[in-house]
Formats: sequence, structure tokens, C-alpha cells
Amino acid sequence: MALLQIAEPGESAAPHEHRLAVGIDLGTTNSLVATVRSGLAVVLRDELGRPLLPSVVRYHADGSVEAGYEAQAQQALDPRNTIGSVKRFMGRGVTDIANREAMPYVFEDSPGMLRLQTVAGVKSPVEVSADILRALRLRAEAALGGPLVGAVITVPAYFDEAQRQATKDAAKLAGLPVLRLLNEPTAAAIAYGLDNAAEGVYAVYDLGGGTFDISILRLSRGIFEVLATGGDSALGGDDFDHRIFCWIIEAADLKPLSVEDASMLLARAREAKEYLTVHGAAAISARLSSGERVDLQLTTAIFAEISQTLVAKTIQPVKKALRDAGLSVSDIKGVVMVGGATRMAQVQRAVGEFFRQDPLNNLDPDKVVAIGAATQANLLAGNRAGGDDWLLLDVIPLSLGLETMGGLVEKIIPRNSTIPTARAQEFTTFRDGQTALAIHVVQGERELVSDCRSLARFELRGIPPMVAGSARIRVAFQVDADGLLAVSAREQASGVEASIVVKPSYGLSDDEIAGMLKDSMAHVKDDAQQRALKESQVDAQRLLEAVRAALAADRELLAAAELARVEEDIVKLESAALADNRRQIMLAMDDLEADTKDFAARRMDKSIRRAFAGRNIKELEVDSAASKSGETA
Amino acid sequence: MAVTLSERAASHVANFMIKRGKGIGLRLGVRTSGCSGMAYKIEFADSAQADDVEFESHGVRVLIDPKSMPYLDGTELDYAREGLNEGFKFNNPNVKDACGCGESFNV
Repeated sequence: MALLQIAEPGESAAPHEHRLAVGIDLGTTNSLVATVRSGLAVVLRDELGRPLLPSVVRYHADGSVEAGYEAQAQQALDPRNTIGSVKRFMGRGVTDIANREAMPYVFEDSPGMLRLQTVAGVKSPVEVSADILRALRLRAEAALGGPLVGAVITVPAYFDEAQRQATKDAAKLAGLPVLRLLNEPTAAAIAYGLDNAAEGVYAVYDLGGGTFDISILRLSRGIFEVLATGGDSALGGDDFDHRIFCWIIEAADLKPLSVEDASMLLARAREAKEYLTVHGAAAISARLSSGERVDLQLTTAIFAEISQTLVAKTIQPVKKALRDAGLSVSDIKGVVMVGGATRMAQVQRAVGEFFRQDPLNNLDPDKVVAIGAATQANLLAGNRAGGDDWLLLDVIPLSLGLETMGGLVEKIIPRNSTIPTARAQEFTTFRDGQTALAIHVVQGERELVSDCRSLARFELRGIPPMVAGSARIRVAFQVDADGLLAVSAREQASGVEASIVVKPSYGLSDDEIAGMLKDSMAHVKDDAQQRALKESQVDAQRLLEAVRAALAADRELLAAAELARVEEDIVKLESAALADNRRQIMLAMDDLEADTKDFAARRMDKSIRRAFAGRNIKELEVDSAASKSGETA
Repeated sequence: MAVTLSERAASHVANFMIKRGKGIGLRLGVRTSGCSGMAYKIEFADSAQADDVEFESHGVRVLIDPKSMPYLDGTELDYAREGLNEGFKFNNPNVKDACGCGESFNV
């Protein structure tokens, strides 16, 4: 007998046509899966009633795989083959991983993304994530009684193309159709129903086990736009445990501890922290292996004091994110709390004081992202509630553009553009007879390619030879609803075309993104100067090319003295273009232009004479009508 | 005869209604479809129809359209857990046979 759920009025599904969809919070430390049941978003628990699935996967020599609590329990025994925090490796190269020496894994560099060596063979982070997603899929199918039509999977707002693509690939590998990737802060805002709330700016404060993220979102016309993100990838609830641990050692005046004693006290510290979220004081008692007893009383006041600097460390990125968004505290309409560590009273208080309002905290902060994802999955799967026809859009975290002459970035899609989106721009050739164009796709806010992240390169070949600047090459950027980028280039006259779907070499770390955003603010002036310099260098090269071509064709039109002067100007401009002085370049260009002005006029006369020679007026009229738009070479 | 809710089913319905924030009760019904002829309908009710047959069971108002009534008479709606799955279950004395999954049935 099938178990049925209550539908909205008039929306009962036909038998066997329930569209089962889930939301998945694929976390660094823990993952969750949620669904909408009888109109209510709930987290699906495992056989033992546990809502979380630790994001840990263990590989065995016989090829079998464990994911979740079983794997986590063996992490200390088999560290090399038990992979945790794999989210930090998604879409990254080996060199992207900070302090990898401290990790027990055997890394292997490989183009695109790093790999991990295990007894079951070499695993990519995508495969490890797929094993976590597969465990969640099986849990969901058991709980819902059938195969899923799809899932909404959440990713951090700062995830770039590579990391998003890696997440999608993992889902595919796990046999899970992806309805949409959704930004984590956006999911949290949806869980609180902010999408139905009044328009305005909201802050999402996400303090997890090991990471801190702050996002500033603007809701307008049902669209959440990420105005700014920030955070600290090495700050979380675990640091608070460690503060208590240090306090225990100091207060009880303990000598250096054995590994077992240390991990036991750390566990006591965590228990005390959790106890203090609802009580005023926690007793910490333990017996060390030496027989020594620890008996301490930790009050909320002491805890607040010893963790003060940690709490303050979260406020710094909040201020910065507000500054990046160009907003002040008074612009924030609501604050959403996400992550188990936000249960701590001192965190609630500090956030409340900073934003001068009580944060939204009545949903379980561990589940809020999964619940928001489930709500959206339910809509996308077609089980939408009548009348609530809202369309939810996400935005691009960093600008997308391409490299132009001189290593400059031409931004095609500015950051915070809502997706899906498509934009196109026309480019042209730089040299006479140029038949190919290298297209280098980059992501970032800076003016120079060298300061941005390279995403992909491809070439458009087969451009018909033309005079420099006359080819019209349309480059189109298209970003789909999941934030994945496709770039195509097409020469308009001949129709030759080339395109690429960006599966970038590897992604950016959140620190890098934060750093890149900061750099772009700090270097606005620098960048403008750099850009001007590069542009004048490009202009200089273009002028040199033109003059050289003209000399090659019509050298005889110049008197010896004139020719000498032009050649001298060329040498001067060549050396100026190599140096970093924009003024010098401009002066040298002015000289060369002045000295070739007559030359250009003479060439023009010559070509006109040549065109007109031996023809009568009538022929000329026909000819000019036929080539009205043509250029005289 | 009547249509009733088990105590467990009633408390789940009441809970879902509170979370939903609106509605006057539960609407049950049958319609012709599915592999064995008929399928159950279970929905939140935001309004009652003039010809609805009404029952009250453990504080929950149950609305049934008159056409469905003959097929549901005597049914008890239960809330059951099967492994990880949970949901509402129709214990319907009128059913002669059901399809394998029980989502549709024949009287």
C-alpha cells in the first residue's frame, strides 16, 4: 500500500506521477537531504534517525565504499583512504590547496583537477562527492518510495564555474538529475520565506564547523542578487571548541597532554559548548590517563570572554562585505543565521548588536540551507503551489570577459548579472590578413588579464584575410541557469564559428575571490593607469604596423629626407612602446603621425589616380554604386 | 457509516495545517485513473462545497464530495511509517483489488 502525502487543493498527482524532488546541502563537513512532504519541507533522516550525513568517504581495497558515519568512525585508523572535506578540493588543482602537507592524503596533480590516491585506485574529488550524493540519493529514495526526478544542490555563492561544473558532474555520476545549483545563502533566505517578503537587502551569516561566510543579498522582483560575499575559510565552530580546550588546560594547570587525553578533552570542550547554548553554565569533568582529575565550571560569561576575539573575527568580513556592497548597517532589512555555530549566545548577541536587530533564528541553522533547497526543488519539479509563480534567479559571482590586445580584459558579463544571461560583443582583427583569433576567457574584476583567473582558451580559425579592423567577429557569452558558461565566436562575413563550453582548468579559492574583489577596489586607480598605458602601447603597435605596410607598398612617394625622418620616428616609437611611460609613447606617436601625414595624403591621391585611370565618368558611377561601402586601399 | 481518521493521522494533519498556516480541513476523494481504475485524492481544503459530505474526526474536519462518498464509506485514514518512508494510508473496506503499489484500486 502506497503512503500518500497531502496535496494542495486541486493538485493531487495522478497515481505513479508524483514528482519526487529533493534539496541537497552538500557541505564541507556534513551533508543533508530534504524534501517537501504534505506541503512541509523536512530533512530526511537515516535508519537511526540522524539528519546529517558526515561528508566523509572511505575506500576499501576490495572496491567497496562507505560514506557517512561509518567512514567518519574510521578516519583516524585509515586516514589515507578516508576522505573528508572534499568540497575544498572540488574544481581545484594541487597548488590551490593550502597546507596540503598537513593533510593525510596522497595528492596527484592532473590537468584540470587534483586526484587522490587510495587503495581503491585514484579518485577525483568529483567521484568522492558523487559517493556522498549517492548515499543521500539512496536515503531519499528509501524515504520517498521511488526514484527522484531531480535535486537542487546548494553551492557557496563564491563557487566559480569550475567548482559548479565539478558539483554538477558529481551529481551526474551519482545518478542524480540536477534541477538547479542554488547559492547557499539564497537557499537559506528561501527557507525563511524571504522570497515572499518585502523587497530589500538581507544578510546571511553562515558560521559552520570550519568555515565562515557572509553574503549580502538583495531581493527585488523575486530575484535574489548577491551584492557581496566575504568570509574566512578557516574559522568555524571548531575554533570555539579549541578555545575552551585551551581554557581547560590553563584553568586546570595541565602539563602537556597525550594524544588520547587531548582528544578526550576536546570532546568535553565541544559538549560544554553545546550545553551552553541553552544553559548558563556547564560542568567539565574528566579523568586523565595520569589519574589527574579535571573539575571545572564554564559559565556563559567566561565562554563569551575567551571567545571574544573569534566572534570579532567574524564581524570584520561582515563590515567588508557591507562596504563592498556600498551599504551600511541601516540598509539591512533582515539577518539570516545559518550553521550550527550560530546557536552560541555570544554569536547571536554580537550579530544582533552589529546589525541593530534580532537575527532570524527560529529554523534549525544546520538544516536551513537544505530546507530552502527542498522548497525550490519542489517548485522546479513542477509541484508548484498555485499562484506562487515565482521565478528565482541567481547571479554571477565574478565578471566574465576575454583578453584583448595588450593583455587587457574586456568584461562581457559584469559580476552580479542575473542568470541565465547571454551577451555578445563584436571584435575585430589586429593585423592585415589575420586569419585566426585566439580567444582567452577570463574571470575577475581587474583590468589586466594577469590579475584575473584564466578559464579557457580557444581559437577561431578560417577568418578570410582582410585589412586589419575590417573583420567583424561576434563573441557571445552564455551562462545557463546553473552558472555554467558557453562562449562562441563567429566571423560575420564568412560564418566561420568556434565555441567552447567552459570546463575551466580549475577554480578559485574563496580567499582568492575575496582577495580579487579587494584588489579590484584597491587598484582602481592603478588599473586605470595600467589600462591607459597598455592601450597606448597597443595603439603604438597598430600605428607602426600601418606605417610599415605603407612604406613597403609606396616607399617611392617619399623623398630621402622624409623617409629618414619617418624611419627615425619609427625607431623612437618602437623603443617608447617597450618602456612603461605612456607620455613618451603618446609623444612619439604624435611625431610619427605628423611626419607621415603628407605621405598618407600622397598615397591616397595615388590610389585614386590608379582607380580612375583610363575610365570614363559613366563607368565610374556604376563602379561606385556597386562598392559604396567598400574601402579604398 | 462514516470516514474517520486514526488518532495518529489526525495529529499529523493538524500539524501540517498549522505549518501551512491556512485551510479549514482535509479533502478526501477518489477519481478514475491509474492502473486499477481509481485513485485516492488527499488534499488540504481551503473551502467547503455546498454538497460536501462532512465528518469530524479527532478535531479534524474531513470533506468528501458526494460522488466519491460511496467508494470511501467506512474508510479509516491512517498515518504509517514503512522503513524510512512515511505517509497516509487508506484502510478502505470497499477495495476489491489494488495495483501492486496500492496507488490505485478497484471496487
